Amino acid sequence: MVAMPRKRELTPLERMYLPEVVRGVLLTSRHFFRNLTIHTLRLVGLARRLEAAVTFQYPEQRRPLAPRLRTRHRLTTRKDGWPRCVACMMCETVCPARCITIVAGEHPDPNVEKYPLRFDIDLGVCVYCGYCVEVCPEDAIRMDTQILDIAAYSRDEMKLDMHELLIPELRKPVKACTLPFPHQCRVTNPALPAPEQPVHGPVFIGGDVTRALGMEDQAQAARQRSGGGSP
Amino acid sequence: MADVAIKLVLAGIVFFGVLNLAGLHTWAERKQSAVMQDRIGANRASIFGVRLLGLFHPLADVIKLFTKEDFIPPGGNRLLHTLAPFLSAFFALVVFAAIPIGDTVQWGHRIIELQVAKLDVALLYVLAMMSMGVYGVVLAGYASNNNYAFLGGMRAASQMLSYEITMGISLIGLVMWYGTLDLQEMVRAQGRYLWGWLPVWGVLVQPVACLVFLVAALAETKRIPFDLPEGESEIIGYFVEYSGMKFGLFFMTDFIETVFVACLATTCFFGGWQVPYLFADGFHFPWGATVALPPLAVTLAGVAAFSLKVLCFCWLFMTIRWTLPRFRYDQLMRLGWNMLFPISLVNVIATGFVLQFLSWRGV
Repeated sequence: MVAMPRKRELTPLERMYLPEVVRGVLLTSRHFFRNLTIHTLRLVGLARRLEAAVTFQYPEQRRPLAPRLRTRHRLTTRKDGWPRCVACMMCETVCPARCITIVAGEHPDPNVEKYPLRFDIDLGVCVYCGYCVEVCPEDAIRMDTQILDIAAYSRDEMKLDMHELLIPELRKPVKACTLPFPHQCRVTNPALPAPEQPVHGPVFIGGDVTRALGMEDQAQAARQRSGGGSP
Repeated sequence: MADVAIKLVLAGIVFFGVLNLAGLHTWAERKQSAVMQDRIGANRASIFGVRLLGLFHPLADVIKLFTKEDFIPPGGNRLLHTLAPFLSAFFALVVFAAIPIGDTVQWGHRIIELQVAKLDVALLYVLAMMSMGVYGVVLAGYASNNNYAFLGGMRAASQMLSYEITMGISLIGLVMWYGTLDLQEMVRAQGRYLWGWLPVWGVLVQPVACLVFLVAALAETKRIPFDLPEGESEIIGYFVEYSGMKFGLFFMTDFIETVFVACLATTCFFGGWQVPYLFADGFHFPWGATVALPPLAVTLAGVAAFSLKVLCFCWLFMTIRWTLPRFRYDQLMRLGWNMLFPISLVNVIATGFVLQFLSWRGV
């Protein structure tokens, strides 16, 4: 038999096992009878203030979330309903999952300069790191909606555009476009193609695979652009 | 003819009770573990919005098990693979025939023993049938064409054989004391009183045997802390290759065995259907008070007492199952062969000396 390192030698009483079994059973049955009594009392309408279980009955009863918890994204707005975002592409650039797509447009106010015509987040790709929130110079994107149930039946439903981001209560499919500023969206223009995933910086794909796919030049160019050489 | 009908009705009652209790065990397992661990437990299955504390979950489980694919692994032995769960459940159920659930009922001029099979050697029959149960387990492991299942079956065989011996020997002390192998007679013998007020139940005359029996019996049911044959989540047991209701049968066998072990412990050590101070004509309390009862009420009280004791044991076994972690295999074997087996042997010898001493004193 292999000797196992122990933190503490067991006393003879503990090594007999039986007293410890009795202790364990007493502990669990104390919980059992206490909780059973409270459950029964609550069933007939008594002892409302005593809690017998720590369970949250999830869909009906939500657990209070910490305010700093990173939940689904939202875009903040100015007083006139336009997004605070100035389309500086910081979040799109910093995003490690590359799930943000921004198409910039000219803002009528020369002091603001730019605003997003499109702002899409693919939640199926997002890793909830919160870098976009950290990096934003305008406090335009936040992750404080406390929305956790983001499951969907299709990949398309996981892609949020400005409607859902500006109005977090909205769910797919968005029926009507109510945004007060000109923008590109598939609600008003269904023919609009879904945005491509942006590609930032060097893309290193393994040698043979790139050659086989005819992507060698692309990878080479990307490597040269980044100024380095070694992957 | 009437005898056969009576026996059939009796068997029907016993199996109805046992199967329902075993089915309810799946519910009790979830709910009791939840209540012990400050949770609520399964409560979502509903029929037209009626949830009834999650009591429909066993029903939903069975519907799910019946509609699942019945998979027989390629290379497995089709016949044995199908036979194994039935053997397992059969031997677990057939032992209940020897358990006396109550005293006698007089119907017309007929006196009916509330025991499906009136056997002189009930205890031997019970032990024999319980040992046969290992065949189902070993066959399941053998016929699955899966090394993990095979090893699980081997573990089950060695564990069950080891603890069977201990269990049998722990019961020998009881047989010596009461001088009978007939369980009904054994229960009747437990209706006597020491100094007029202390019921001489098996646990009183054989406390060590009772303890050893309970541990060995727990090991026989193959549940935590003795679930090495199964170990669904890590070490993988004999029914890995089973799906659908065949898996369900193995699962039910565990619960049926739990109920049976509770029945046997009640019968042998806790007075079976005996109610303290209840005699054939009513209660006779040691302080002199008497309450007269009709014979049928006395018998029904006995059946109720038996059921209550069995339920208490089911609760105890469930509590132990949700309290203790699993043994390691060497610990299991050491506990069985180095501790329980010698203790049960010494208990038999000590019982012999005590009986001889008492017969010298002429008690």
